[in-house]
Amino acid sequence: MKILVCVKQVPDSWSERQLTAEHTLDRGAADRVINDLDTYAVEAALQLQETHGGQTIALSMGPELAEDAIRKALQMGIDEGVLVTDAALAGSDAIATSLALTKAIEKVAPDLVIMGVESTDAKMSVVPAMVAERLGWPMLTLATSVVIEGVNATITRQTAAGHDVVTADLPAVVSVVEKFNEPRYPSFKGITSAKKKTVDHWGIADLGIDAATVGTGGSATTVAAAVARPARSAGVIIEDDGTAVAALVDFLAQRRLI
Amino acid sequence: MMNAVVVLVDVVDGALTKPSKELLTLARRHGSPVVVAVDTAADAADFGADVCAVIPAVALAEPVASMVDVLAAVCAEHSPALVLMTSTIECKEIAGRLAVRLGGGVVTDAVDVKEGLVVVQPVFGGAITLDATVRGTAVVTMRPGSVEPEASAGAGTPVVLTAPATTRRTVKVLERVAGARSSRPDLAAADVVVSGGRGVGENGFTMVEQLADALGGAVGASRAATDAGWIDHKFQVGQTGTTVSPQLYVALGISGAIQHRAGMQTAKTVVVVNKDRTAPLFDLADFGIVGDVASLVPAIVAEIAARRA
Repeated sequence: MKILVCVKQVPDSWSERQLTAEHTLDRGAADRVINDLDTYAVEAALQLQETHGGQTIALSMGPELAEDAIRKALQMGIDEGVLVTDAALAGSDAIATSLALTKAIEKVAPDLVIMGVESTDAKMSVVPAMVAERLGWPMLTLATSVVIEGVNATITRQTAAGHDVVTADLPAVVSVVEKFNEPRYPSFKGITSAKKKTVDHWGIADLGIDAATVGTGGSATTVAAAVARPARSAGVIIEDDGTAVAALVDFLAQRRLI
Repeated sequence: MMNAVVVLVDVVDGALTKPSKELLTLARRHGSPVVVAVDTAADAADFGADVCAVIPAVALAEPVASMVDVLAAVCAEHSPALVLMTSTIECKEIAGRLAVRLGGGVVTDAVDVKEGLVVVQPVFGGAITLDATVRGTAVVTMRPGSVEPEASAGAGTPVVLTAPATTRRTVKVLERVAGARSSRPDLAAADVVVSGGRGVGENGFTMVEQLADALGGAVGASRAATDAGWIDHKFQVGQTGTTVSPQLYVALGISGAIQHRAGMQTAKTVVVVNKDRTAPLFDLADFGIVGDVASLVPAIVAEIAARRA
């Protein structure tokens, strides 16, 4: 079995994030890390490989530096990596990104694609669904567990009050939530062996992608303006001196909140 | 003829949900609302629906992919420039697939659609607001609580839809276990959210619930509290949990890591109670009390009850 896991490099959400003058993400402005939620997808892929054997591949799209996110997945134990990188891809929105990822997935031809439920930067969480739609594959969303039996993938997902058990034939796309598991830390051996693992770099020509369908030109959404939120005007902060409770309830009543 | 705006609505207990009424109110500003609903469109005509297209639940083989088929067919008939739905996980999947199908674009978690179909989307936890335009059909998911719902009569022409034929490989639901439904409002759409964090302690969520109930609100939590196992993960507010935009957000014993603020800082009014005056969340507070949550919260609950008596 061949399992492909998508990872993304994002600005660390603990640091200050900024946009460029063109309103795209300023990838130089903040520390770059692997998208936290994608490490759960990596863990899921590794657990399935431990049970079923086969091969694991980490796929990412981004500038050359995004290879760091793939290396993190390789340190955790993924076998090899693919980075889709090309100047023509800069400024791609979700639609264009999903096209490039889909072409790379078709080239790898895995049995299962695993993704984190969303990235902490764009937070759109639509790319997995777009990829599934383009591939024409079923998608099992928000998995807290995945079981592979023969040609079937079956997942459990939490719902508002209970849970669903959902199944589909392979090949399929699965998105996992952080309740899935605790991602492993890379071992010393993992870190050493990751240095020897292969990461292929594919450009759009390698994937047969027309430059007009990706990047800023191939994107359906354009950001016309970006405005920083005005600072909140300072509120009232009081010490609990015995009158604080009455003052709070007065405040709530004034704003018609009770 | 006015442009159609296709709106996917939710009906619970025989009435449109509040987020669905918000969608219709927004849709009317941009054209003639064509509602798509499962089983019944309920009171959609009272909120301006000109067409109420209903698909029987039994005709939907899959909750998401089949709905994409239905919406794609409705869009083929009405050629909308705008499709609106609520920002839920399920709708985001529908939106992503539909945009691919229509060759359009998606904006999720929007708070407004302005004249000329300029979609307003807060990013980085509300620190920056983007004005986005979409080439082709704009598929937009709206954050609940962003629009004030207003009633307005529409033609409400009923249409019964059939599921389009598909050769797609399907997802099958083997088992659906529904637990007890909470009597509290849904976290994502609640007007009032009361959240607890590390500072409320292991046994403190009872008082968080008591204050939520006193204010008619939903219960939320910080990641510290859910990771500690004091409350289920589904209550987590923040970057990796639910994003909320309520009229009132009350944070009890939450210091306010950037990940938490990302999920709540578009709340209209923020109240913070924390014994640590240096907690970063005080920067967002419209009203803050520096003091002990364990003694203050029961007193607040009692004071609210006393004023109502």
